[in-house]
Order: sequence, then C-alpha cells, then structure tokens
Amino acid sequence: MIVIVSLLVFVMLAAAVAAFIFKDLLSAVLAACLVSLIASILFLFMHAPDVAMAEASIGAALVTAVFVIAIRRTGRREE
Amino acid sequence: MRTTISILLLAVVAAGFFLCLADVPFGEPKTQVGNYYIEEGRAQTGAANIVTSVVLAYRGFDTLGEVTVLFVAAFGLGAVLGAAGGKRKHEPIEPASIVLRTGCRFLFPMLIIFGVYVFLHGHLTPGGGFQGGAVIASAFLLVYLGCRERRINLTRKTWTDSLGGLAFVVIGLIGLGVGGRYFLSNFLPNGVVNQLFSAGILPLIYIAIGLKVGAELTGVVDDLLEETE
Repeated sequence: MIVIVSLLVFVMLAAAVAAFIFKDLLSAVLAACLVSLIASILFLFMHAPDVAMAEASIGAALVTAVFVIAIRRTGRREE
Repeated sequence: MRTTISILLLAVVAAGFFLCLADVPFGEPKTQVGNYYIEEGRAQTGAANIVTSVVLAYRGFDTLGEVTVLFVAAFGLGAVLGAAGGKRKHEPIEPASIVLRTGCRFLFPMLIIFGVYVFLHGHLTPGGGFQGGAVIASAFLLVYLGCRERRINLTRKTWTDSLGGLAFVVIGLIGLGVGGRYFLSNFLPNGVVNQLFSAGILPLIYIAIGLKVGAELTGVVDDLLEETE
C-alpha cells in the first residue's frame, strides 16, 4: 500500500512540475488533469470518497474541458 | 534591492505563521464537534452518510451559500461572454468522427443515470448533489463533443436551474414555518436509516441541488463553446 501511494505521489509531483514547465499548453493542461486524477485516487485511499468524486468529476473532467476550450479559442503555444 | 525586500517580507510572514502554529499539536482533533457529528449524526438526521448529515443538516445554510456562489459565478461567466442577450450563431459544424459519436451516444444515458443515482442516494452512499450534478454536466459535455448538431434547450436549462434553487429555499422556508425553530429544519420523519426514503428532507434538498448544479455547469460549458453574435 505505502509503495503504491508513494509511486502515485511521485507521478503526481512529476506531472505538476511538467504542467509548470511545458510550453505546449495542451500538454500542460493534460498534466494538470493527471494531477487531479491522482489526487482523487489518493482521496479514495484516505477514506474520503465524497471528495474523491468531486475531485474526479470537477477537477479532472470539467476544468480540463474548460481549459481545452479556452486553448482552442486562443493559442496553443506559450510565448 | 527589491528581491532582498521581498525575501525579508516573506521571512517575516513565515515567522508569524510559525509562531502562531508552533504550539498546535499535529494531527490531533482541535475541537470536539467532529466527534459529536460522528457519534450522533446517524441518530439525529437519519442519514447513513455522515458527510451528508454535516453538509445538509448541521451546515445546511452554508450549503445554500455555496450554491449561491456557484450561481453567481455561472451568471458572471454568461454575462462576460455576452450569452445573456445575444443569439446563438448556429454556424454549420463538421460532424465528429463515427467513433466519437458512437462513444458519446453510448456513454450519455449511463452517465445521466449514474449522476441521478449519485444525488438520489446522497444520504446513503458517498456523493451528493454537487457530485451528481457535475457528472450530469460531463454527460452534456459529451453531447457537445460528439453530437454537435444537437443543441441543448437553453430555456429548459434555465428553468431547471432556477427551479432547483427555488426548491432549496422553499424547503428551507417550509422548515422554518412547519418544522419550527430555524431555517431548513427537518419537517419530515427520519425513517429507518439505510432506506431510500429516510433522512427527512435531505434527499429532497440533494435532488434540488443536483438538478441545479447539473443545469448550471452545463450552462457554463454551453457559454464557453457556443459563439454568440
């Protein structure tokens, strides 16, 4: 269990740093989506299924969709 | 020079936080109210899900504020994007690929049923109005992605949104009038814990919140996706 959680946290941190570094905004948004997804799994491990559901449906799905729509309206590359 | 000053200011703020929090023991319960909810929540509210009993029964008025915040945010987005008065453009859009279309048509009813299940059983299983509403909104997001020629009926969306919010307030006012002492007090029998018809007014409030949040977030997606004239 502790191994799985450490692995997830490691991937989550890597995704967060990647979202910060990426110049391609679409990749950055997908990395941020991965952070939310892993956060919801961690909430489930910490016996908070209510928060996990909210995080998965809002953080991972709807917020990502809003960002992708905004990127489509503006530009994909960060100057 | 500016960097030095900002680092100094940060150090001062960090020291302030440290001094405030240094004496607080880590991980121990600071108040007794949490234990009270865990011990008494089931018996007092009749809800098997303690989170629901806190969110809707003990802190129902805060939840009304939360719903209001979401409403104001969605309303502001609509106002900024000019969707309130403007007409939708309805320009011809190229249809999505067959894989995306079929996938969206396949998933849409299941997501709707799952969302309704989540908010109907908010007092029994994890989840509730906000989560169920978000699931319903993501189902409509799939419609926007896969079947672009289908438009969502905006009038119906607005009515669902408004009636959901109105139902919450009306249930609260009935509680004030019939139930007795305070806004949102329970006026229905608690019933047997773990039954679908139990926990008094909590399922009714979650139905109202679920419909409202679903309609509202669908409206947000619609405002962002559709161009106005």
